Amino acid sequence: MDRIKLDAWVGIFVALGLIALMGLAMKVGNLTSNDIKTTYVVTANFENIGGLKPRAPVKSAGVVVGRVDSITFDTKIYEAIVTMSIDERYVFPKDTFANIYTAGLLGEQYIGLEAGGDPENLVAYDKISQTQDAVVLEKLISQFLYNQASKEEE
Amino acid sequence: MIIFFENIGRGLRLKIIRLGAATRLFFTIISYTSENFKRFNLTIREIYYTGVMSLIIIIVSAFFVGMVLGLQGYYTLQKYGSSEAIGVLVALALVRELGPVVTALLFAGRAGTAITAEIGLMKATEQLSAMEMMAVSPVARIVAPRFWAGIITMPLLASIFSMVGIIGGYVVAVPLIGVDEGAFWSQMQANVDFSYDIVNGFIKSLVFGIACTIIALFEGYDAPPTAEGVSRATTRTVVTSSLAVLGLDFVLTSFMLTV
Repeated sequence: MDRIKLDAWVGIFVALGLIALMGLAMKVGNLTSNDIKTTYVVTANFENIGGLKPRAPVKSAGVVVGRVDSITFDTKIYEAIVTMSIDERYVFPKDTFANIYTAGLLGEQYIGLEAGGDPENLVAYDKISQTQDAVVLEKLISQFLYNQASKEEE
Repeated sequence: MIIFFENIGRGLRLKIIRLGAATRLFFTIISYTSENFKRFNLTIREIYYTGVMSLIIIIVSAFFVGMVLGLQGYYTLQKYGSSEAIGVLVALALVRELGPVVTALLFAGRAGTAITAEIGLMKATEQLSAMEMMAVSPVARIVAPRFWAGIITMPLLASIFSMVGIIGGYVVAVPLIGVDEGAFWSQMQANVDFSYDIVNGFIKSLVFGIACTIIALFEGYDAPPTAEGVSRATTRTVVTSSLAVLGLDFVLTSFMLTV
């Protein structure tokens, strides 16, 4: 086969393959939307994290501002320590509230940050002291049932 | 009864000897790496025969696999009222599993058999021996270019497969079924992670490329130099490659999911 023709076909093939890979990265994957580059780390203690997993999003007002890095268990205080990295562009006051929310009724769980009013901001390796645990559906149901039962006794 | 056990033992021993010979061939190919890249036009020729020639079957089957995934996914998802998740389902299934695996299976059938038959026939017609007589190493001249071509080709083919499959799923989901286009792409982008899903799929296809080509090359190189021998070697290429791909897929997936 002609050398130039051969090279041309192989060139087309390799170009197609690279375009497909770029398409996967840009259009299908999150390479374009994932513009969180430089981050700082903060931690928060929770009594119950529910179904929170590493790499879960950290949102504030619905905007993704960071990701959960790791979740460990502290045997001194018997609480979960959640380490999260937050985009450097976003700063939060020291008295920020960290809640664990669920996206939808059965969706994935994420951390929601609600800014407080402290003039000082959180810096790297700070601990968020005000937290609210994940809602455990079984607990809610049992509380509801107890309430109903106690009402009926009255 | 004793003969029965003797036969089992002999079969196993032959398998182990062949495995050792295949490993030796693999490292001989690796030792010719620099020579191979000095004469890269040989590899380009093989990329044409393994890659460009497989393009049609890859694109057509990817398009239909994507469309079927779209239809089947919609059938189940619409029961739960979340038919927008169809994009995530199609993309994840293709990028993580079906892209690399189906490409490798098609590659074994389309290109692997051609490699085995070609090398087996070269051996049967004593072309390989003639090369050795001329002090040209048949591994460097014939086997190594095909090996590198297979390694370069497979990830590219798998990427094309995944992308075309996703387009197939898109064709079924958005124009035919009427899923919202924005939801289709945005849900996909929110749930497909570049480093966890796409790179892992790429690594898989790279490993399958190595496995499929080395099996095809070894079967051809090791085939008895007869018409029957070559035909049996070709059959073995498809069977061994398919089983190796499926087995390796399980191993690789279990490694990747633990991370």
